[in-house]
Amino acid sequence: MSESKTGMTSDDFRSLVVAMAAAIEANADRLTELDSAIGDGDHGANMKRGFQAVLGELDQLATKPVPEALKAAGMKLVMTVGGASGPLVGTLLMTLGKELPADFDRQAFVMAYEKAVDAVAARGKSHAGQKTMLDVLYPILDAMREGADPDEVAARARAAADATVPMLATRGRASFLGERSIGHMDPGAASVALLAGVVARTLQTHQGA
Amino acid sequence: MNVGIVIVSHSPLVAEGVADMVRQMVGDEVGLAWCGGDPAGGLGTSVEAITAAIDKAWSDAGVAVLVDLGGAETNTEMAIEFIGEPRASLIAICNAPIVEGAIMAATEASGGAPLATVVATAEELSPL
Repeated sequence: MSESKTGMTSDDFRSLVVAMAAAIEANADRLTELDSAIGDGDHGANMKRGFQAVLGELDQLATKPVPEALKAAGMKLVMTVGGASGPLVGTLLMTLGKELPADFDRQAFVMAYEKAVDAVAARGKSHAGQKTMLDVLYPILDAMREGADPDEVAARARAAADATVPMLATRGRASFLGERSIGHMDPGAASVALLAGVVARTLQTHQGA
Repeated sequence: MNVGIVIVSHSPLVAEGVADMVRQMVGDEVGLAWCGGDPAGGLGTSVEAITAAIDKAWSDAGVAVLVDLGGAETNTEMAIEFIGEPRASLIAICNAPIVEGAIMAATEASGGAPLATVVATAEELSPL
């Protein structure tokens, strides 16, 4: 993989995937617990299976340009996660990969990310405010547009995940619970915030951003 | 050639059971396939298994897919996208209860109705 404007190298990508898979594995029980409260109790296990599958193909992925690697990783998640989060997180990565030029800067990344989040919304037939992962994905977009550094973006993501606790779920399995969905963090939102934290930490370690 | 029917449930037992009911009540005039369970064998759905089921039930008249909950629908949409055109526009997901919808859809399909009619018949069962 060649050096790009973002300075994302093959090693960076490798570290990122390894760190994401490790974070999901370490938090799988917590994510499943959140999902047991308002969903069907498999989110952590599903995400873990998906990220382990991506990890298993890391050597092959790391030989591809970043956009291609993102597409392939997204496809792997779609094929292995099993729950609705597979197509959703998979669509995020596949769209990012499709929209990113081979050599991208921050602005190009933000533009691609916006299209990717819109694609997730379309896939889930959902929008912000329904107590889903979109309630973290959109605040991340806002933070990046405002020029926040990776740490601030991650902090905004965590705050956004916390903000799903008092929300009433109107989309996804939690919506079946109606008012009883209030008082629990959305598991998809928790996963996305977790991954945003990993991305921020990895970018800082590798780029001193 | 009649429209084919695919049953996608989180549970392989549910999917197979619905397919059994269709076979017994409607007969063998429609292509029929089912799948259920996530890629690890737990409750859930698998894009790969859905794609294989669509292939198995394939008819040039189209395929109507009956799904149960959230992920089954999302994963079916994903499978249809991966299958791509020209076949993708011949595959429709019915917004209908899985058991009753499958039987209504298959009954309509067995009479040679086009895909749009098969889907509309299944969807008459859905509350608006």
